[in-house]
Amino acid sequence: MSGEDAAGMPGPAPDERPQPEGRRNLEGHRIDPVVEAEHDSRRAVISALVEDEPGVLARVSGLVSRRQFNIESLTVGPTTVEGHSRITMVVEETDPGIDQIEKQMAKLKPVISVGEVSGSAVTSELVLLKVHGEEPDKVHAVAEMYDGRTLDAGPKTITVQLTGDESKIDDAIDAFDQFGIIEIARTGQTALARGNIPTAPGEKPGTAGEPTTPNTQ
Amino acid sequence: MSDSATHPREDDPDAEQASDPADADGPDAAEPAGEENRPDGETRQVSTGAESVVAALEAAGAETAFGVQGGAIMPVYDALYSSSIRHLTMAHEQGAAHAADAYGVVAGEPGLCLATSGPGATNLVTGIADADMDSDAMLALTGQVPTEFVGNDAFQETDTVGVTRPITKHNYFADDADAIGDVVGEAFELSRVGRPGPTLVDLPKNVTLDDTEKTPGPAEAPAGTDPDPRAREDAVEAAARAIEDADRPLCLFGGGVIKAEASEVAREFARTHEIPVTTTMPGIGSFPEDDELSLSWAGMHGTGYANMAITHTDCLIAVGTRFDDRLTGGIDTFAPEAEVVHVDIDPAEISKNVYADYPLIGDAGTVLEQLLEAVRDAPDADEWREQCQEWKETYPMTYATPDDEPLKPQFVVEAFDEATDDDTIVTTGVGQHQMWASQFWTYTEPRTWVSSHGLGTMGYGVPAAIGARVAADAMGEPDRDVVCFDGDGSFLMTMQELSVAVREDLNVTFAVLNNEYIGMVRQWQDAFFEGRHMASDYNWMPEFDKLAEAFGALGIRVDGYDEVAPAVEEALAYDGPAVIDFHVDPEENVLPMVPSGGANGRFALTEDQL
Repeated sequence: MSGEDAAGMPGPAPDERPQPEGRRNLEGHRIDPVVEAEHDSRRAVISALVEDEPGVLARVSGLVSRRQFNIESLTVGPTTVEGHSRITMVVEETDPGIDQIEKQMAKLKPVISVGEVSGSAVTSELVLLKVHGEEPDKVHAVAEMYDGRTLDAGPKTITVQLTGDESKIDDAIDAFDQFGIIEIARTGQTALARGNIPTAPGEKPGTAGEPTTPNTQ
Repeated sequence: MSDSATHPREDDPDAEQASDPADADGPDAAEPAGEENRPDGETRQVSTGAESVVAALEAAGAETAFGVQGGAIMPVYDALYSSSIRHLTMAHEQGAAHAADAYGVVAGEPGLCLATSGPGATNLVTGIADADMDSDAMLALTGQVPTEFVGNDAFQETDTVGVTRPITKHNYFADDADAIGDVVGEAFELSRVGRPGPTLVDLPKNVTLDDTEKTPGPAEAPAGTDPDPRAREDAVEAAARAIEDADRPLCLFGGGVIKAEASEVAREFARTHEIPVTTTMPGIGSFPEDDELSLSWAGMHGTGYANMAITHTDCLIAVGTRFDDRLTGGIDTFAPEAEVVHVDIDPAEISKNVYADYPLIGDAGTVLEQLLEAVRDAPDADEWREQCQEWKETYPMTYATPDDEPLKPQFVVEAFDEATDDDTIVTTGVGQHQMWASQFWTYTEPRTWVSSHGLGTMGYGVPAAIGARVAADAMGEPDRDVVCFDGDGSFLMTMQELSVAVREDLNVTFAVLNNEYIGMVRQWQDAFFEGRHMASDYNWMPEFDKLAEAFGALGIRVDGYDEVAPAVEEALAYDGPAVIDFHVDPEENVLPMVPSGGANGRFALTEDQL
């Protein structure tokens, strides 16, 4: 280069400049005693009431995967209102992440309302299990223990249906493991809030009063 | 030349229909889409889905469309034949999307682009993604194969709705001729309400050909998509107290200020309380850069003083910004001691990247008015303002012009700035030239800076200049200059649109800052890849002045300082598209620079500091 005047701009070098002592954590919070703690991730059940138009599941799942949120399970089915469906999603995220999922989902046009289901909600999953059929009596006994039903019993395999919350399903699967699980199909968690609380709060304006979005007042 | 923007075609075949009894009560369909038959006006009789589409566009107030013809979109084009909507055929669909985007930015209305199915639609994708990242209102209409073939890999079939789902605010597959017009009207409105963004309607050919007599109703956004413009009073009060108590307050105005037409109240707010102002790059023009309170724009290549201020502020009043990483640098060092007041229309932007201590959800203009009222005592910040002025002196935006080095690109930008008025519209491609065009031009008005920010689309500049020119003409402002700064690499990507500028006789000056490099890549390779110029050396560039002449435009080549002013003068005076190929210093770098993910306050002033 031809000399100093061509090398750059004037001013003190980076380490000669005053710098503040403050910092933010990776979630963008100023680090002070109140907010210093990094958020641990936790499991959350998110319920969304959606218009049942073509592609709505693709919109929701695409949005969640694009933003790198980790879906554990996703269920979808119709409600009592024609043209409405309920999507239940289980995610493992930090609190700000869960907040973002809800806000981003709320932006989707077919999403009528979305929110996290409270911890006291009723959750359930349906599981089909196929195990080796050498010990039908024992399989039957374990199935009864977990309120399961035998759907198919042949000379080589037995297929059992289980429903229940997550801990019951996990325990049951552990118990069936002794017979050798050949195949398993799980629907993923679905959930409804208990009592008079709406499952998907935070209705979008303009859709209040729909039968499946009870007024929260 | 420019008056074709506001007048219908004289050979309009639809003129005959004026005597049709069916039309007797309604306004003549061949009338220009002026104020008199904008949204509230009645729409014309329709007989097909395609006519319903066009009627909906007219009713929604669309005046200009950019597009390329093709098999599946042909019925819509046929309906446009007798429409007041001006259509510009572009050389490539990407050009149509960028032109529509820029048209929208300048006019403050959704831009409109059209393409056929398959390759036509996929060629729009870059432009749609660009509009999405920059929250620009735009409606894309794409042809689609007949519904009976959809999903069968038919000729020129693409799952356009699927492809564009993640890059649109919402998209639609129109499968009913009776509903198609309302869907198009809804998509047009949806693109502009709340946080703007691109929408798309996919139009299967059989549906646009189908008979329908259903005239679309007035264009309306879907229920619940038009958010409350006012922020909660208690939140405004809390934010106002934080601003009053601040020692080092700083305004950060983003692109949302311009989109919300809030520049005026933003200026009043900052001046009333004497709060220094920095902007984001999309926010350029929201606050005049020649105002004493202005610190120009912050971020990777923002001014040193803006980045010092943003690093040291204790109260950042951020309006209409999404805290992109090119602005923030590393999050840990971004405004680390500032309480953040964040005004945004989109709740999902609150605390997405930077935690908002005082979230104010609402329209930028409305919330700034609320804040203007709520902040009763200006913050006591004399020392801080002095400090900000000192930083301007310590870190001035300068560049050296040694005798033994070729023409500096910054000099070219300054020469154009001096030769043009404040209302001149600047468009750019993406790269070093874009940074110089934003750094060395003093912007004072909103909607004069048109660039690709979030997506960083090389090739944006030329079609954007066409869209900007057409918008200015449509707004009745043919005297405004439109200058496109482009790089050699960026220009080469979409320069075929020069044919459109020539055909339409558009008064645009294209200033190519030609350094025979993908210059920004070359700069990063020098800084971070030991100077290994892998694929960034473009010493095979054509002679752009001669190419311009081949297209039918004015072409000028400039190599030295003495030639700059006369060339600028000649090009601006030329009534039509002019291209100046400025051969600039290939080694010149963009400074200051915050290394990617670094601390804004640690910006490099020389290459050695990177």
